[in-house]
Amino acid sequence: IMATVSVCQYHRGGFSFENCKRNALLEADINKLGFSSPAARKTGTTICGVVYKDGVVLGADTRATEGMVVADKNCSKIHYISPNVYCCGAGTAADTEMTTQIISSNLELHSLSTGRLPRVATANRMLKQMLFRYQGYIGAALVLGGVDSTGPQLYSIYPHGSTDKLPYVTMGSGSLAAMAVFEDRYRPNMEEEEAKRLVRDAIAAGIFNDLGSGSNIDLCVITKGKVDYLRPHDVANKKGVRTGNYRYKHGTTDDTTHHTLTCFFPL
Amino acid sequence: MNTRGLRSQLKDSVPVTGLCPQAGSYGVQDSLRRGFSSVKNELLPSHPLELSEKNFQLNQDKMNFNTLRNIQGLHAPLKLQMEYRAARQIQRLPFLPSSNLALDTLRGSDDSIGFEDILNDPVQSEMMGDPHIMTEYKLGVL
Repeated sequence: IMATVSVCQYHRGGFSFENCKRNALLEADINKLGFSSPAARKTGTTICGVVYKDGVVLGADTRATEGMVVADKNCSKIHYISPNVYCCGAGTAADTEMTTQIISSNLELHSLSTGRLPRVATANRMLKQMLFRYQGYIGAALVLGGVDSTGPQLYSIYPHGSTDKLPYVTMGSGSLAAMAVFEDRYRPNMEEEEAKRLVRDAIAAGIFNDLGSGSNIDLCVITKGKVDYLRPHDVANKKGVRTGNYRYKHGTTDDTTHHTLTCFFPL
Repeated sequence: MNTRGLRSQLKDSVPVTGLCPQAGSYGVQDSLRRGFSSVKNELLPSHPLELSEKNFQLNQDKMNFNTLRNIQGLHAPLKLQMEYRAARQIQRLPFLPSSNLALDTLRGSDDSIGFEDILNDPVQSEMMGDPHIMTEYKLGVL
């Protein structure tokens, strides 16, 4: 029993800030030695969404990076929130994962309590209140889309808690490339095929022009009563196939004599 | 770590009691029970969110009660606070986990999930508080 430090009250759950000072000291020490501490896994990312005639199309790439290394070549960035609401997440991978799961659970409990299908605006409000509470320390930039009784809706939510309700949004490091495609070709009330092609091209622009995005393109088409989760919709970056082989064929005669040549390399 | 921004969270005139873990019953440091102290540890919060998270529930309640008072009059928060006080008293022994079911129902947090249910769940913590010390603290004899 640590007699010098005793807990006098039953401790509550939630975030614990006990190790913050220790971590700061460790970080300073490590930096002094010239090393860098391990980076959190981010999702680099290009995510986007568009509202079309009957619903919303959400799109995302599938690369997760850890600093300068690709940590996951095929990660799923379109998260389930409720049967009619899906959310793409950019930023720190763990933050987006946990945030969307918590909001999904809360929305399920809420819809059981109201007895109705949940609304996209409810999910938006829950997300923005939680992200504002943590003042941006939860690094989750989200694109929330869905169809409810009030029609198709699309929101973008920033890590500090601000939200925008727009007909087309992009987020992530490849957002500028994707937004360029949207600004060029978006028009209101598109058909489904045209909307899917637009989103696919926007994500492809992010994949080919941004180092933090790559691999495949996932799409999620949400309409009233139906969700099409297309994973992968398009394998934009195929891994190369080896053209040659260094193996000897079966039956090749073994060489049993050894020749040794001494070479002099002046150093 | 840049601590300049954190200083703005200190109140100059009001003692920040939440951040002085070393103060014992007479206000001086209590090395036996709370370990060695250091000025830096006590004066500044270790993370900008530490203070706001510690007081989050309190501040939410205050805000809600204020709104309720403005809309419905003084009686509404008074009655509710009386019920909260009654519900808060339904506890098990100080070192055992209580479900706080009545309190949760009153607050409306029985149908919502937050980080306090997922991270550091006190029911699953590896360490238990010393029963004697916790009971003495609760009774005020510590």
